[in-house]
Amino acid sequence: MVRIIGFLIGLGFVGVLLISLIVNAVDAIQNPPVHTAEEEFHLEPRSAGFSWQKPWGQFDEAQLQRGFQVYKEVCAACHSLKFVSFYELEGLGYNEAEIKAIANQWAIEVPSVNPDTGENSTRKALLSDRFPSPYANETAARAANNNALPPDLSLIVEARDDGADYIYSLLTGYRNAATYRNEAGEPVPQENRPGTGLHFNPYFANLNIAMPPPIVSNGQVTYADGTNATVDQMAKDVSAFLRWTSEPNLERRHAAGWAVMIFLLVGTVLAYLAYRNIWANAKREVSIRGPLEPAFQQRMQDQKDERGIAG
Amino acid sequence: MSFAWAKPYEPKNNFMKWLDERLPVPRLVYGAVGGGYPVPRNLNYFWNFGVLAGLALLIQIITGIVLGMHYYSYAGGAFESVERIMRDVNAGWVLRYVHQNGASFFFAIVYIHIFRGLYYGSYKAPREMVWMLGIVIYLLMMATAFMGYVLPWGQMSYWGAQVITGFFSAIPIVGEPLRVFLLGGYAPDQAALTRFFSLHYLLPFIISAVVILKIWALHIPGSSNPTGVDVKDEKDTLPFHPFYTAKDGFGIGVALILFSIFVFFLPYSLGHPDNYVEANPLVTPAHIVPEWYFWPFYAILRAFTVDFILPAKLWGVLAMFASILLLFFLTWLDRSPVRSTSYRPAYKIFFWVLVLDVMVLGYAGQAHITPFTLALSQVAAAYYFAHFLIILPLVSKFEKPLPLPTSISHSVLHGEKEESAPFGLTRTGPAAAPAAAE
Repeated sequence: MVRIIGFLIGLGFVGVLLISLIVNAVDAIQNPPVHTAEEEFHLEPRSAGFSWQKPWGQFDEAQLQRGFQVYKEVCAACHSLKFVSFYELEGLGYNEAEIKAIANQWAIEVPSVNPDTGENSTRKALLSDRFPSPYANETAARAANNNALPPDLSLIVEARDDGADYIYSLLTGYRNAATYRNEAGEPVPQENRPGTGLHFNPYFANLNIAMPPPIVSNGQVTYADGTNATVDQMAKDVSAFLRWTSEPNLERRHAAGWAVMIFLLVGTVLAYLAYRNIWANAKREVSIRGPLEPAFQQRMQDQKDERGIAG
Repeated sequence: MSFAWAKPYEPKNNFMKWLDERLPVPRLVYGAVGGGYPVPRNLNYFWNFGVLAGLALLIQIITGIVLGMHYYSYAGGAFESVERIMRDVNAGWVLRYVHQNGASFFFAIVYIHIFRGLYYGSYKAPREMVWMLGIVIYLLMMATAFMGYVLPWGQMSYWGAQVITGFFSAIPIVGEPLRVFLLGGYAPDQAALTRFFSLHYLLPFIISAVVILKIWALHIPGSSNPTGVDVKDEKDTLPFHPFYTAKDGFGIGVALILFSIFVFFLPYSLGHPDNYVEANPLVTPAHIVPEWYFWPFYAILRAFTVDFILPAKLWGVLAMFASILLLFFLTWLDRSPVRSTSYRPAYKIFFWVLVLDVMVLGYAGQAHITPFTLALSQVAAAYYFAHFLIILPLVSKFEKPLPLPTSISHSVLHGEKEESAPFGLTRTGPAAAPAAAE
């Protein structure tokens, strides 16, 4: 009975699937899928060869500090960093006094309440504060940005495929739609060129991004450590910094990972030896060597018998 | 327990004797995973996966309880609380990565465990109940994993909840009211998040209870083995402890190494970037995909595209549930008396086609829908149902199995002339010196 019912159910599902298959195949032949301009012009991110991308990789502290400087002087005008606290900047190699100074001098103040009047006010940031947002709320952010919302950057690297490589490619990927040619040498179709307030960027999913090119000229930021601030360098540094903000514990994770690996490898080798030892004679004929070897015992017994020793 | 020669528990000291007389927990443990449970001596490494699944459940429960201390199930703050765990809670990032990747670890183990059961006929008499309880655990795991994935309240959490609870709306008449009742609203929101958290905390303990039932049911006939031949006498078995505890110790070591590679070096590789964007009911992600362990079922769901008598969506939902529920009936679908597929030359081919088929379904389940991936999922889903409901009953009827070994010990010894005595009974070997002294 179960088999008959099962057989009928099976035939039903297989039948409907085959009907679906045929209908779709006919449809696909009659209306072959067309390639959209997004598919023709979208580019995969370029690899920037970042230091942490290997299992033993660590951040480059100087690069993180430079990236932070780019964030502070360029990105922070529009993008919040709402999950990152000032105290976490320790991870960039700053000492407490330096972080206190950074928090104290941060251009945007933290929303607060006036202790005398109870009215809303702002105060200077403390170590324990998260980075204050440049806009009071989403409406204010959209109003200031042509109805586009600048995303929070704390997790932007984890929230995008290819992470920091994508950010780096995007920041350096702005092109002029009128003169741009893809690999096949085709110009961008008129309907895919940017409208008002949009900017052509082949690394962005639909090719037109609301963010104006943020890093436009060499020397836009004057690096404290004297590194030559080319557009490429700044894009790389800020991508590295954003990788750090998305996971400040990356270095600790890698370091802990190696310790765990070594511990587990030693433990597993010991467990394997214990296993082999316990199973030594469980799956095969036991052959005894040494004094307990039956042949040896027999020989000893024979010798004793010859000499007439009892037992 | 299972066999006449299973050793009864003998307390080693006065305290254990005292305890055993009042609350025989030591006796229970000894009989379940100690020297009192005789296990076939020819098990291969695939028999490690039951214990590994138990380990994975334990890891999930322990890390989950601690994460639950820091998480708050508030729609406006759940996402932030997860970030707090990652940044501000001591070792919070380890807990979260272990829990997050632990779900994948658990499913990977359970899939190998299920396919081992399919290959070696673990669903056949007298172990039907063990198999069916296993499917119950698997269903509970799927529910738990789905609700757990909603908790971080990222984009994929939200839209996954939207899609999965949408299954219920495919049911005629009662579907939509049922969906609203289950979600506590028209779309996932605070009510849904709170109940998902509550149930996500509850279900693992129900899983644990079913695991206990499963082990109980298993210990009546005892473990199956790679030949599928029944245990005939004492020399076919070894006590679980120390033999299989030692083997499991090694298995656990290897599994934890592989797991740690994911936790510490590739923690994002199994997740989706969209879940690092906070849930936003107004923005639909470009490409909604479930976690990898649901891909095959998602492919079956999407494979039905034609309204044939029933709406396509209902076909998809029915087929998706049927694809798991049919596993309950395997015992009756497969009438071959031979358990191990190693001795079933015709079925063996279909078994490996099924393994490949499920992988193809997995690929189709995560791919963007194109005419090609759609056709792939339709062919693969058709084979999935044909395999269990049509091919398996027929093959088992017409197939001529290979000769089985006469006994387990015979198959282990590969024709060597002398059998080594079972553990504890040798009188000659150095390993058996304590026994010889008795």
